[in-house]
Order: sequence, then C-alpha cells, then structure tokens
Amino acid sequence: MLRYIINRLALVIPTLIGITICSFGFVRLIPGDPILALSGERGVSAERYAALVTKYGFDRPIWEQYFRYIGQVIQGDFGDSLATHRPVIEEFFKLFPATVELALFALVFAIVLGIPAGIFAAVKRGSWLDQGLMGTALVGYSMPIFWWGLLLIIFFSGYLGWTPVSGRIGLQFFFKPVTGFMLIDSLIAGKPDGFVSALRHLILPTIVLGTIPLAVIARQTRSAMLEVMGEDYVRTAKAKGLSGRRVIGLHALRNALIPVVTTIGLQIGVLMGGAILTETIFSWPGIGRWLVDSIYKRDYAVVQNGLLIVAVIVMLVNLVVDLLYAFINPRIRVQKS
Amino acid sequence: MKLMKSLLAATAIIALAVGAAQAKQLIYCSEASPKHFDPAMATGGNDFDASARTIYNRLVEFKHGETAIEPGLADSWEISADGLEYTFHLHPGTKFHTTDYFTPTRDLNADDVVFSFERQFKADNPFNAYLADSQYEYYEAMAMPSYIKEVVKVDDLTVKIVLNSPNSPMLANLGMDFASIVSKEYADKLQAEGKAADFAAKPIGTGPFQYVDYQLDSVIRYAAFPDYFKGKVALDDLIFAITPDTTARTQRLLAGECDIMSYPNPTDIASLKDNPDLVVLDQAGLNIGYMSYNTTVAPTDDVEVRKALSMAINKPALVEALFGAGNAEPAKNLIPPTMWSYNAATPEQEYNPEKAKEILAAKGVTEIELWASDRARSYNPSFARSAEIIQQDWAAVGVKATINTVEWTQYRIDGAKADRPGAFQIGWGGDNGDPDNFFAVLFGAAAIGTQNYSIWNNAEFEDLIKQGVLETDPAKRAEIYTKAQEVMTREEPAFLMAHSTIYMPMSKKVIGYTMDPLAMHRFDNVDVAE
Repeated sequence: MLRYIINRLALVIPTLIGITICSFGFVRLIPGDPILALSGERGVSAERYAALVTKYGFDRPIWEQYFRYIGQVIQGDFGDSLATHRPVIEEFFKLFPATVELALFALVFAIVLGIPAGIFAAVKRGSWLDQGLMGTALVGYSMPIFWWGLLLIIFFSGYLGWTPVSGRIGLQFFFKPVTGFMLIDSLIAGKPDGFVSALRHLILPTIVLGTIPLAVIARQTRSAMLEVMGEDYVRTAKAKGLSGRRVIGLHALRNALIPVVTTIGLQIGVLMGGAILTETIFSWPGIGRWLVDSIYKRDYAVVQNGLLIVAVIVMLVNLVVDLLYAFINPRIRVQKS
Repeated sequence: MKLMKSLLAATAIIALAVGAAQAKQLIYCSEASPKHFDPAMATGGNDFDASARTIYNRLVEFKHGETAIEPGLADSWEISADGLEYTFHLHPGTKFHTTDYFTPTRDLNADDVVFSFERQFKADNPFNAYLADSQYEYYEAMAMPSYIKEVVKVDDLTVKIVLNSPNSPMLANLGMDFASIVSKEYADKLQAEGKAADFAAKPIGTGPFQYVDYQLDSVIRYAAFPDYFKGKVALDDLIFAITPDTTARTQRLLAGECDIMSYPNPTDIASLKDNPDLVVLDQAGLNIGYMSYNTTVAPTDDVEVRKALSMAINKPALVEALFGAGNAEPAKNLIPPTMWSYNAATPEQEYNPEKAKEILAAKGVTEIELWASDRARSYNPSFARSAEIIQQDWAAVGVKATINTVEWTQYRIDGAKADRPGAFQIGWGGDNGDPDNFFAVLFGAAAIGTQNYSIWNNAEFEDLIKQGVLETDPAKRAEIYTKAQEVMTREEPAFLMAHSTIYMPMSKKVIGYTMDPLAMHRFDNVDVAE
C-alpha cells in the first residue's frame, strides 16, 4: 500500500511540470498581444509598447520566460494581474468558494438523480422507461451549456418568473463574506431570507452545470448495473429467494458503484470546465468567469497561474480519490503493489 | 391600553414603511467588472462608470447629455492671452468622502489638484508607480506629457496649469475621466501605512456617491455622499450588478432585478420598446464606423481607386442590413452630425456601380483584401457581416475581395502596419467631444503606426489639424475642421460607414436619466419613482 502511495505521489511531479508547460504555453498560443489588449481601444505608442514588452520580459526567449515563471511559482509567487494589479492568488481565493459552492451543488444534483436513473434504466432494461431515460441522458450530454442556460433563464426566469435570472443572492442582501460560501455566510450574518435567496439563485446554474455529469453518471450506472446483474453471485442471490430490492440494493449496486465512483471523480474536471460557461451566463462570480475574462484581456499572469492552481486542485482531488479508492478496493492496492 | 399598543404598532409600521420608501435605490446592470477604482489608470468605459463618474469629480465637467464644458470642482477659470496658462479657482468647502477606512481632516485644496496630475507624469511622485504596473494610458494618449509643462499651486484654492504650447482641446481634456481629482491626504496616509495599493481598491473622492463595497466580479455598492458639494443626490443607494452576458442583462431588466441596463442587443430593441413597463432612450452616438484604405499600398494608393471602391458600395442598404432599420445613420463625414464643426454641405456618397466598374477596370483592379475582426463594437455590430455585404457589392463591379478575419487584438496590430494591404474595417467612439479627438487621433500623421489605419499623411490635412489645436476662437476652429472634412471627402482615405445609435433601456420608475454622447453612464441626476 505504501509503495502504491509513493508511486502515485511520484507521478505528481511530472504531472505538475506538464501542467506548467500547458498553462504557460496555451496562453501564448492565443492570438493577440497582451499589451495591446490591456491598453484598450486607444492603442499604445511604439515607445510605450517597447518599454512594456521589456518590463514584462516578453522580449526574452520563450524558454527564459518559462523558467522565470517556474522560479516564481516555486517561490509561491503567482504574480499580479496585469489588468487589475491585484495579486492573482488573492483574486483566486476570493472567487474560488463561489465555484466550489456551485460545483458541489451540481455534483450532488447529478449523483442524486443520475444513480437512481441509471438503476431504473438497468432494472427495466429495454422498456420505454429505459429508452426514455437514456434518450434524455443522451440529449443532456449533447446539450451545449450556453444554449441550455439561456433557454432555462428565458423560460423559468423570464417567462414564468420562478427563479432569479443571475447572480448569487438577491441584491437587497449585503453582508461581508466570511467563508465565501453564500449559503453559510448568509446564516452567519443571521439572514435566513438571504439563505433562501442564495438557494434560489443556485437552482438554474446547478441544473445547467449538473446536466452533463448527470447524463454521464446515469449512463455509467446503467451499464455497470447491467454488467453486475449478469454475474453469478447476483443469480445466486436471486436463487436464494432474496427480494428484488435486496438483490439490487445489497448485492448488485454495491459492486456496480465502483466504476461509478471513478466516473464521479472524473466529473470534477468536467465541472471545472463547465463552470466557465455556466458562470458567464449566470453572472456567477467564480473562477470560470474570471479565467474567461482574463483570456479576453490576455492577462497572462491570471491565465497561466489561475489555470495552474485549478489544475493542481483537480489533480489533488483525483489523487485523494485514487488513494481512497485503493483503501476501499483491496484488489487495486494488491495489484498495484 | 390595547388601543395604545395598536396605535404604537401602527405608528411603527408606518415609520418603517416611510423609512423603506425613503431609501431610494437604483440597480444598474453593467456589462463588465471594473479593473479597479483609479480612473487615471483605467481605459474602459465600465471602469470609468464605476469610478470617475460616481466617486470623483474633475476641475470641469461635461454637461449632462452634452459635450460642452461646465464648472466642476473649479467654479471658474481664466486662460492667458497666449493660451499657455489655465488658472482654476476651486469651489471652497468641497468635502472628501468619509468612510470606515478614511476620515478626511481637510477640504479639497490645490494640493489635491497638483497631486492628481503630477502622479501621472512625475516619476519621482510616490504615487507615480504605486502599483507594480502603474500606467497612465489616457494621460499619454491625449498627448498631455507634451502639452502640460507644470501644475502649480497659487494658493489653497487656486491652481495653475502651465502648457508648453497652446492646446485648444485642453479644457475638454480636463473634463475627461483620467483628469479626476483624488485626495492627496488619503494617498499620504496610505503611503505612510504601507498600503498604497488600497488607493485603487478603496477609493476616496468628492463625487456624488461614495464607495461602500465591491464583491469581485459581482456587485459594486455605493451610497449617496451626504456632503456632496453640489448637494446630496436624489438616490440613496446605487448598485452596479455586473452582468456580462447581454441576454442575461436583458432578462434581469425584464424580471425587475435591475432598473436600468447598458448595451442592449440591437435585435432586442424593438421588443424592449414594446414592453409597457420599460422606456428605451436613444441618442445618436458620438462614434463612427469606417473602413480605412491603405493610402500607401497599391491599388488603394490611388485616390481614384479608393473613390471607385466606395462608390461601388450601397451604403444605406449596408447600414440597414448591419444595424437594423433606424439603429444607425449612414456617415458622410468622420465626425457625427451632433458634433460642432460638422460639415453639413458634404455631398452624400455617390452610389454608382457602373461608373465604379469602369474606373476599376481601367485601373486594372480585380482583387483586394478586406479585413474583418471577430469582436462586436458599438460602431459595427459585426465586421464579418459588413465584410460580406461589401464583398458582394465589390464582386458586382468585378473586384474579388478576400476577407481576412483576424482576432481583435492581433487585428489592430496587423491593421496598423504600414505595408498592410487593402481595406481595413474599424471605428471610434469620441472621448471628449472635440473634433481633434477624431481628426488628429484617427487620421493625423502622428497616429501612423497606431490609430491611423489609412497610413494617410496629407500635408493640407496635417496643416489644418495643427491649426485646429492652436486656434482658440471656436468659430475659427469650426471653419478649420469644416475644411478638414472637405479634404477627407476629396482624398477618400476611408469609406465612412455609419454613426450608430446608442440605446439605454430602463424601468419606467427611473426618472431623469440623460443619455450621454460620450457613452458615459451617470447617475447623479437620476431619481426613482416612489
């Protein structure tokens, strides 16, 4: 087990190097000039431009720029945003709780609906319920997030008036953030109405962000269940005369959930990617929107360091999931060790 | 006793209701997050809306809805006969904001004015580089370093700006956002505490609203400044609800989550106008969408070719297809009709494909590059669409246009290159209502390499725009710029496309909002119905 953990941790270093190369390289692959982008519509004089190029080190060879960047990151210096002049790390942690709050809700939404949908579809294999659920899952998986979000806003917020259009909480509620999680902060501030408002604001973004993971989880659960239900031990359980509910709940589902848990772990990355669009549509002040804005502004410091921090967090979550998984499933740690 | 209790309860409810009714709040759905709250270092309209127009004042101000200047922090001013000294007399007793992070001990004085300018051009000013990457783009872009020699305190309430050479647009420049007056006392305090960066994050000004809170990328809150030197404004609270997506912004307005919104989608205007709960104000924008021909590269180095290419375009049809009926006006001059010195006598562009075809055939022009970018601008909602329409018009006269689509920031770099071939679509929104801000900034020889995408250097035009800056008599200046428009019409350095209309949809409860030709969003004269 220890060897497995060491091996797994050793993989972190090359992965991290890969991430830094990608985050550093991607932002430079975007067409456009960071200095011109930041100087706005007016442009900038040739002298000023040259001075800024030197100041930011953009005139240095690309490898030199990379090693300078790595040197700063190793020292824990994530730099200042070229646009706002604020430290990148400070902005990140101001916005990150909003993304986590939304992503958690979306994940819970996807799990709570996805697993039962997958089980029902598997149990009623070939029925109209199965086809209906899987058809819906396919539509959900294929739906462009931007279009889906706008559709929900126009229908539920605009036409029916049931949900707020965007934002994290009603504008009448104003309290200083403590944790950054609006639901918790509203309770800390003693504003139960604010809690309800924050909850209402979460409904549409949760649905939009959770739709793709929901579809993936439902499809994965169905196929895992179908596989497990064909196993000998399930047949034996049935032969023993156990009720259908016990066979599915106790024997089939527990084993079928192993690949589903892996799939859920992988959804963290999907949620981070989806958050970029969801946050933009719903004016959700999280890191997704922050990164998109920074790409438009060619704010190299934010894009490369923001991407790096997000990638490291996703990597760490996956690492923890892998380690936990090894604890849960003895076969894995035996195989690996 | 019971009656007494009921009366007391009723009184309390009425008092609460009155209290609630008295707190007048306006929610503005804005289009983007501000970079920070220091207007001297900002470049975007949304940055200025959030800082310069709410929190700060300037020595002189633009009148609401106009580009004319009126007194701001200066009650009056004199300009020396040689045009080199501007002496401003400050309004006595002007207070700075008192907040939970700063309590001023004195009123505004000349030190604040001197500091506000010197920090932008004196490298030894401690606030010249108070942030790691401090840049004063507008101060430089308006050529202030070459014009302003020094800013001198005469006495506590008198300040003198000394110029190197006369500059007629100077007063208008001083009304611009970058010239906002900040508190030296506050800057000194932050400097002493080692918290200089707070200057851009926790602003202190003299303006109609004072900063309360900013939740990054989400909400900015302001409260009316009770001691505002022009008297407390009608609103009590002003909220900027940052909503970058245009559809979401529109839906928020429709759902009553905002009272007023910026930059609606042109295709939504008709339905917003039909909504009985809303009002949609409009105004001819102080802008121009145009297409620069490179006057130094063949075939557009030939004025006859340029004129023939323009003649081949059905301008009214192009403008209607691009903006929608009534949303823009075809342009015949560089400056819009609302600007002084507009040359109404300029003839409408001739649309004559047959004649154009003859000229172009005679000149042997069969191919041209046509540039487009991916970004929607208020002066051109779709470069791609306008390029396609122009491409069709040119095809009809035997010229095959190749559309070259480039990402926005790279687009402007490529467009400014001296050897860039063909026709380059671009545009402009005015900064200060002065014609110089169009003619010199866009077509002056000094702007070659930056904003002069026609790479046009015409001696007669150059002479006129130089005269325009030096001349102080407004009537004579108007005459000079009228002539400059004649030169442009004759030389055709660009195909002038359209002046677009700017819209501002709002709830009917919003009272007194004035559309601004400079596309600023100001709320100091706004009230909300009870």
